Order: sequence, then C-alpha cells, then structure tokens
Amino acid sequence: MDLALFLTFSIVAVGCAVNLVLQRHPISAAISLIGVMASLAVLYLLLGAEFIAAVQVIIYAGAIMVLFVFVIMLLNAEAEKKTGRSLVARYIGIPSLFMFLGLLGVLIHALYASEERVTFGGFTGGTAQNVGRALFTEYLLPFEVTSILILVAIVGAIVLARKETG
Amino acid sequence: MSGVPLSWYLILSAVLFSLGVAGFLIRRSMITVFMSIELMLNAVNLSLVAFSYQLKQVDGHLFTFFVMVVAAAEAAVGLAIILAVFRNRGTLQIDEVDSMKN
Repeated sequence: MDLALFLTFSIVAVGCAVNLVLQRHPISAAISLIGVMASLAVLYLLLGAEFIAAVQVIIYAGAIMVLFVFVIMLLNAEAEKKTGRSLVARYIGIPSLFMFLGLLGVLIHALYASEERVTFGGFTGGTAQNVGRALFTEYLLPFEVTSILILVAIVGAIVLARKETG
Repeated sequence: MSGVPLSWYLILSAVLFSLGVAGFLIRRSMITVFMSIELMLNAVNLSLVAFSYQLKQVDGHLFTFFVMVVAAAEAAVGLAIILAVFRNRGTLQIDEVDSMKN
C-alpha cells in the first residue's frame, strides 16, 4: 500500500515537473506546478508530516500559486517565443541531465543504503501540536525573525509594484 | 516487507531538484523561471521531511515550514519585480531584458 501510494504520487510529481519544464505557456506550467505540490503533500502525509502536508496545500498550492496565476493573468503573459538557439541544450544538456540524474540516484542509493523503510504511521511526531510546541519554544527566535522578513517583503512588494509618481 | 526505502524519497527529491534546475536554465519566460525556483524549494522540502522521518524528530518539519514562509515572501517580492520589469520593458522574455549586455 505504501509502495503503491509512493509510486503513484512520485510518478505524478515527476510527470508534472517534466511538463512544467517542457510547457511553453506560463499558465500550463503553473497548473503542472500545482500538480507537483499536491502530490508532494500526499508524500508528506506518508512520511508522517500531517501539519506540513496541510500547510503545503494551503500555502503553496493555495496562496503562492494563486499569486502566480494572478500575475500571469494580470500581465497577459503569452507563450514564449522560439529562438532556435537551444542546440547545445538539446544535444548536450538533455543527455547530461539524464547522466547526472543516474549518477545522483546511484550515489544516494550507495550512501543511504540503510535498512530504514518508510511506512505510514512509522513516525507520528508531525502533528500540529508537536510542530506548534517546537515552533513556540525551541524555534521562537527564528519564528519572530520570520515575521520581520514578511514585513520587509510586504513593504518591498508594495514599493516595487506601485506606480511611479513624479 | 512493507514500506518504501528512504533513499527513494531522496532520489525523488534529487530528480525534482534537477528538473527545477533544468527549467531554470532552459525556460525564457520570466514567470516559468520563477516557478522552477519554487520547484527546487519543494524538492528540498521533501528531503528535509524524509530526513525528519529517519531521525524521528520534528525539526525537519520546522525547517520546511520556514522554507515555505521564505518562499512566500520571495514569491511576493519576485512577482513585484516581474511586474515592474514588465511595466518598464513591456516584455516577459528573459533574453529581451538585456540592456546591461552592451
């Protein structure tokens, strides 16, 4: 069951990611990215990270991707033009990408050849209670710094996006 | 023997990260390049959660949480920059924004 779920959603995630890279139009890429994020949320659930899975769907697939789609609509982004200068990418880049991926797979498999197997329910420490407790005790300072970061981001976004007057 | 080896999650994470790098390098639409960055951040989040499972600690989830917050802030600022570039140049193609080249 774990294996079936993992295989299903990892194939969906990789397929959507490949589609993201290959699509010429930004809105298709955005839809693919939502697919990646939704399947990653299922994988988080399998890893026992239920709070992170919920946050993934709500913040990433919800808020951030809506922002992306909103900007695509606002700017009326069209499909990118063909420039025909990607011969290097086609004949060197793609084979070396696959070689790199194969090498990475072999390396990770060699380095983490542990007997550790991920089963659903093997780790139940990822509840909202546990995450919240760690967030407000051990990680209180980073949490507060994050609020300043978000404030800076809000101010920066407003300054960058407003119309220049005078 | 039930379950999935932990390394499979790490390999999936590496594959997604590499696809993000590839998209970052070959796409020419500014928004798609930006979405490739989000894909890379997601891939890193997956390996953080996987290591959190291995160590049976909640810390990896906290890191993932902070990465998400930073990604949200980054998306807001980055899209504002894209908006400003589009307003000044009238294009979203990356190789047409090259006034510093000459």
